[in-house]
Amino acid sequence: MKPVKSSLFNMIMAMTVVSVCSAASIGYVYQKTKEPIEASKTMKISKAIEEMVGNFDNKPFDERTALSGGDLELYPARENGTITSVAIKSYSNNGFGGKIELIIGILMDGTVTGYKIIQQNETPGLGTKITENKFSEQFVGLNAHDDNFELSKNGGEIDALTGATISSNAVVEAVKKAVTAYKKFAGGAGNDQ
Amino acid sequence: MTSKSMQNLTRGIFKENPVFVMMLGMCPTLGVTTSMANGIGMGLATLFVLALSNMAISLVKNLIPAMVRIPCYIVIIASFVTIINLLMEAYLPALHAQLGIYIPLIVVNCIILGRAEAFASKNNIWQSFLDGLGMGIGFTIALALLGGIREILGAGSILGWNFVGEDGYPILLFIMPPGAFLALAGLIMVFNKISGANK
Amino acid sequence: MSLTMIFISAILVNNIVLSQFLGICPFLGVSKKISTAAGMGLAVMFVMTIASIATYLVYYKLLVPNGLEFMNTVVFILVIASLVQMVEIIIKKTSPALYQALGIFLPLITTNCAVLGIAILSIQKEYSLIYSVCFSLANAMGFTLAIILFAGLRERLNASMASMPKAVRGVPIVLITAALLSLAFMGFSGIGR
Repeated sequence: MKPVKSSLFNMIMAMTVVSVCSAASIGYVYQKTKEPIEASKTMKISKAIEEMVGNFDNKPFDERTALSGGDLELYPARENGTITSVAIKSYSNNGFGGKIELIIGILMDGTVTGYKIIQQNETPGLGTKITENKFSEQFVGLNAHDDNFELSKNGGEIDALTGATISSNAVVEAVKKAVTAYKKFAGGAGNDQ
Repeated sequence: MTSKSMQNLTRGIFKENPVFVMMLGMCPTLGVTTSMANGIGMGLATLFVLALSNMAISLVKNLIPAMVRIPCYIVIIASFVTIINLLMEAYLPALHAQLGIYIPLIVVNCIILGRAEAFASKNNIWQSFLDGLGMGIGFTIALALLGGIREILGAGSILGWNFVGEDGYPILLFIMPPGAFLALAGLIMVFNKISGANK
Repeated sequence: MSLTMIFISAILVNNIVLSQFLGICPFLGVSKKISTAAGMGLAVMFVMTIASIATYLVYYKLLVPNGLEFMNTVVFILVIASLVQMVEIIIKKTSPALYQALGIFLPLITTNCAVLGIAILSIQKEYSLIYSVCFSLANAMGFTLAIILFAGLRERLNASMASMPKAVRGVPIVLITAALLSLAFMGFSGIGR
């Protein structure tokens, strides 16, 4: 077969056909993968929530409400209808590699049960230590009402990771946001417990 | 397999290795190789795009007028990249999150457009597929090696298995940006020694 | 983040070449002489700033209203490729002096992953038009700074290539130099956080 000549008509035809084929195939794959992508995101969040909150018999993810003007999300865990603890999705844009998102669990008396990072892009081996127990355990047992959620160099309870102060600070920032939102929630709607 | 097919397949693995010899695709090579798993993941994603786009371009090579050749190739390549990107997001979300921006950037990886222009536009589908496969394997091996070295030295682990323990002190520099350049420089020196270049 | 911070962060702290590894090909390929490196830097600055406006408009005025966000990679690379062609033609007609300075670098920019990378990043970071433009310009300035510094180092290296061990001549010593430059830029990390 001889190669097609570069006439204007041929060129426009070729470009159009290639673009249409490309758009059609991408569109098809997009439709097919839309649900699995949503599902895998939801999976990740609900798994983190279940690990962070205590006993519950409802579906916290389905009862999610937006907090702080839509920035944070709160998932109440209920037992026999009363809220026993909440999970809050919080974030910080000041990680070393950009956004850090985490789910933090808080009992209704204000005790933090821990956090789970669901999105981070920190330096492997350094900043990624924020996902490990050694660092995250420092938050467990702190009280939202009484304790100071700051790095120890700022007079708080948390020791920063060696060589990853920025990542540590970002986690603290995200946790602080969640704690502030929690206090508002517990002081308002949460009072009827 | 004929010797010609064999040659097209193996050329990319050693003799014309895209990373060590041709110095193509440097951005993902340096950017994602903070661990061996990342290197392999990126290598395989590139391999798929490379083999598929080589085949597609070989298939339509005579239907595309020479003057709009490059834009058409770019659209074809970008389509495959987007498809791989969506599939990875759906079925390999953890790896997708790790590789991040570098997946859409496979589009501008010079290896792919380079092979399309230099090989697929002149050869039949089967040979183009072999060429893409070989180049992809060569790229994957290079990234796996680099990722492995950086992970061992920089994080004290291999494929996620930690061998220095909690209190070990790995050479952190190697998983940071300067370490990428250093590790690649070292690998290329070894490669040159083996292949006998630089004499 | 304020605009000043965007500039400091993009040029020094998170330098696009030395810490994000975008645009490595021209960084290693076109850095043998300071004069060519400066030309490449200027051309990248020019194209990247215009490309950020074009991709912003295409994304928010064309793709989002039609629900075609998933086509962004395909569309962006086409926009950038045609933009580069257009810029080349316009400069050739209107300013021969500028064309002489930038002309040979323009075709190389289409496959410069920094341009596509920054376009995608500004969408991901949900920047407004002004922020996108500043973000692109700042990163392009970071690229220019890195490539000019690197070319300066390489000019001196080439003068003493003969006294180096055979094993490091050529590519390895170039990479080692890049490593040292990248190490120097790591000194800026942590500024302004």
